[in-house]
Amino acid sequence: MKITAEEVDRIAVLARLRLTAEEKSHLVRQLDNILEYMDKLNQLDTAQIEAFSHRVDTMPALRDDVVTNQPDPEALLANAPDRDGTFFKVPKIIE
Amino acid sequence: MNLAALTLHAAGEKLRAGEITSVELTEAVLQRITASDEQIHAYLTLDREGALDQARRADARLRAKDGDSPLLGIPMALKDNFLTQGLRTTAASKVLGDFIPTFDATTVQRIRAAGAVIVGKTNLDEFAMGSSVENSAFFATRNPWNLERIPGGSSGGSAAAVAADQAIAALGTDTGGSIRQPAACCGIVGLKPTYGRVSRYGIIAFASSMDQVGPVAKDVRDAALVLETIAGHDPADSTSVKRSVPPYSAELLGGVKGLRVGIPNEYFASRMQADVEQAVRRAIRELENSGALIEEISLPHTDYAVAVYYIVATAEASSNLARYDGMRYGGRAGARDLTETYRITRDAGFGAEVKRRIMLGTYALSAGYYDAYYLKAQRVRTLIKRDFDEAFKRCAVIVTPTTATTAFKIGEKTQEPLQMYLSDLYTISINLAGLPALSLPCGFDSEGMPIGMQVIGQHWDEATILRVGHHYEQATEWHKKKAPAIGN
Repeated sequence: MKITAEEVDRIAVLARLRLTAEEKSHLVRQLDNILEYMDKLNQLDTAQIEAFSHRVDTMPALRDDVVTNQPDPEALLANAPDRDGTFFKVPKIIE
Repeated sequence: MNLAALTLHAAGEKLRAGEITSVELTEAVLQRITASDEQIHAYLTLDREGALDQARRADARLRAKDGDSPLLGIPMALKDNFLTQGLRTTAASKVLGDFIPTFDATTVQRIRAAGAVIVGKTNLDEFAMGSSVENSAFFATRNPWNLERIPGGSSGGSAAAVAADQAIAALGTDTGGSIRQPAACCGIVGLKPTYGRVSRYGIIAFASSMDQVGPVAKDVRDAALVLETIAGHDPADSTSVKRSVPPYSAELLGGVKGLRVGIPNEYFASRMQADVEQAVRRAIRELENSGALIEEISLPHTDYAVAVYYIVATAEASSNLARYDGMRYGGRAGARDLTETYRITRDAGFGAEVKRRIMLGTYALSAGYYDAYYLKAQRVRTLIKRDFDEAFKRCAVIVTPTTATTAFKIGEKTQEPLQMYLSDLYTISINLAGLPALSLPCGFDSEGMPIGMQVIGQHWDEATILRVGHHYEQATEWHKKKAPAIGN
């Protein structure tokens, strides 16, 4: 087994997901299957190979940080699940 | 004449000549949607009134000879992962709820400025994760050629809409084949430009080192016209590159005489539907008869691409999707503490495939596994890119099938995620290497389903692959075959 039910639980906490027992049992089997397939990468010796990155020589230089948009608080807050005046209302972090 | 069946360039000529109006054209497209979308389900959100408004404004510009963009007055569809100001945008996920963006994606701004008419937003696999649109949180989209089949994915709504004349052209996104594979499945043209060629500002992110915007179109000329409108540097996207954008549609002629075309052994050695292989080999002979020089080449690390892709893409996705926390938009579940609120909100908001990819990506990035999976995959990705660098020393373009099979049946692969992932074999290496690639029709299988051929180019050389595609279209009739008109 490449992955256990306990590891799936631990990863679900890191990923901020709460999985049902059924989802978990499916995921253990499916992730195990996928990770086993990923093992084929170990056939290759990559010790001397650099990790991939896009070429940055063609990327533009930094630009000045200037405001170009006109924020519309009402339009932004219209999507909020909860609000208080012109603020997003969120759950308390510290009791 | 059915105006909705026109190509973008043919419709544009009629509009500019005053033979038709944008309102007439838009009404013809909306009529096709009314007649067929209850069966095809290509659209998630339609904007009939907005479209007719835009069409009236386009007609005013046409009458005043204000603007000569080939897109002026053309009804287009957008995959529903492009932000559209004031128009609901979902990424086919429940986690976004009825999200109304406050700004347009840069590519949307560009086609609006050109005078395109935005008809609506098309279905996709949730967050563009999938190859069939079966992962949409809302409904599956059907293939216009056969309603029992998938349209391909993830830009399957855009591809089905264009194939069914429900839009003259569309925009999609391609992270691992999500423009090219549905274009192949639906018998139309799809182009994934070079990484950095087109701005992603305002695109709902999936895997940021691979996501790219491109056209979904009825023929190669249309794809070129859309690309030259949307391409180019955008100060709001630091990964978009400052390079001049060639006039692609003016560079389509010239043929393929003397052009070196590479055929990768590995792509033809793998299991493939027999009539797909026959069709692509016939297309290669066609290019050879036109004077192209066919070279056998090798891309030795092809067999590792699926493994690399599903580590890199899921790792990036797990990070990009961390923002969906139920605080600023979407639904929010009430719970005793903040962590539980996040967990319940996200659990209710994401579908099974998205959760699977978030879990896989989080695992690949987590302490103790980062080197074994993520770093390993990025090293092998370098080898895949080098394969292409080597190949392009011997040829100017590479021709392959777009997919190993034609569109499969709805429900056929939903039980085994790995089988679904393996169906992306021919398209994902291109995203890993950041290259441009075009898919265009090259035949039909024994059951009448379209077959797609892929033309891969060197970095920044969209012009050559478009020229090859255009030449092939001139020599053949495949792109003129239409899906049966549904709902007539």
